[in-house]
Amino acid sequence: MKRFYGLLAVVAIAAIAFLIYSANQQPTGAVPGSSASTAPVSAQDSAFPGYILGSDSAPVKIVEFADYECPICALFATVQFPTIREQLIKTGKVQWILRDYPLPPTTHRWSHLAANAVACASEQGKAWDMIDAMFDHHDWALQSSNPTSVFRGLAQGVGVNPTTWDACVSADRYAGRIQASVSRGDALGVGGTPTFFIDRKEVAGTDRSSDRFQHLADSIIAAHPKKKK
Amino acid sequence: MSLHRQTVAVLALVGIAIATYLWLHAIGVVGALKCGTGGCEIVQASTYARLLGIPVAFYGVVGYVALFGLSVAASQPALVSRRWPTRWLVALSGTGLAFTLYLTSLEMFVIHAWCRWCLASAAVITAIFVTSLAGFFRKS
Repeated sequence: MKRFYGLLAVVAIAAIAFLIYSANQQPTGAVPGSSASTAPVSAQDSAFPGYILGSDSAPVKIVEFADYECPICALFATVQFPTIREQLIKTGKVQWILRDYPLPPTTHRWSHLAANAVACASEQGKAWDMIDAMFDHHDWALQSSNPTSVFRGLAQGVGVNPTTWDACVSADRYAGRIQASVSRGDALGVGGTPTFFIDRKEVAGTDRSSDRFQHLADSIIAAHPKKKK
Repeated sequence: MSLHRQTVAVLALVGIAIATYLWLHAIGVVGALKCGTGGCEIVQASTYARLLGIPVAFYGVVGYVALFGLSVAASQPALVSRRWPTRWLVALSGTGLAFTLYLTSLEMFVIHAWCRWCLASAAVITAIFVTSLAGFFRKS
């Protein structure tokens, strides 16, 4: 019996030590402030509102802070977002605004590169095509090798001129804009990705289902009848 | 009889640690799961990671604590020769195993991602069930 209790004590101590160690690590994706870049931010960078999908006259505006390497963002983009796009954005109820919030390289090594890859596609009018491609082909996030060639293939696949895109990515042309978006997220209290805001209020909790966004949008429209289309 | 129950107690303690780790992650106390791939985060972020608004891992904590308490109590001299604790261990671990099989099938067929910690918990509850069953069929 003594051996039994001794074994239990050893297992319990090991478990408690592991849990305490884990609790002292950084929370998931919750490292604010953090971009791979400390690039100077111009007024134009700060003015960039994010990647917009949907009508400007939509009564509800939802801002998503996302990291392209984040698996939860990819899950949301591929499972829930198609329904949101069909039922809320295409119907004119919601305008969706995606803002960059790349986590630091210590958490997600290629996030900044991915954000820049999307930004470089955006200057050719292919932002959302590239965003969709990034999340639809998310295997790149599980590889340890530099995904630039994968991004190049995705960019070409959505109709981006690769030569122009190459020059843009190589120059890290949108570092300042990405940094500005991260700073904006920090100012709003973004603690991880994805984080959503409706009318500047954070959508709390881990329920990221399309049903929930449908309910939130309907509630806002019902509470403010003048917002109805 | 006692050896089976003591083995279950040790395994249940390991299960408590795993389930607590997943639960603390679900409520934001611990950081990114040490998973090797993004599978754990995908599974934990899915809608199936909560049941009735409560993280599934919490049900695991409760189940393992029940198994641990019962197996430790059943290892005491006063209960060691009684059969009913073993029957309860089989019933409890069987229920846990059935629930785990359901969750694992979701990972395989619906979520298409594997959470290694969930698989570790599945291995533990399977071992507990097999050990309990062995105790049940053992001639006392």
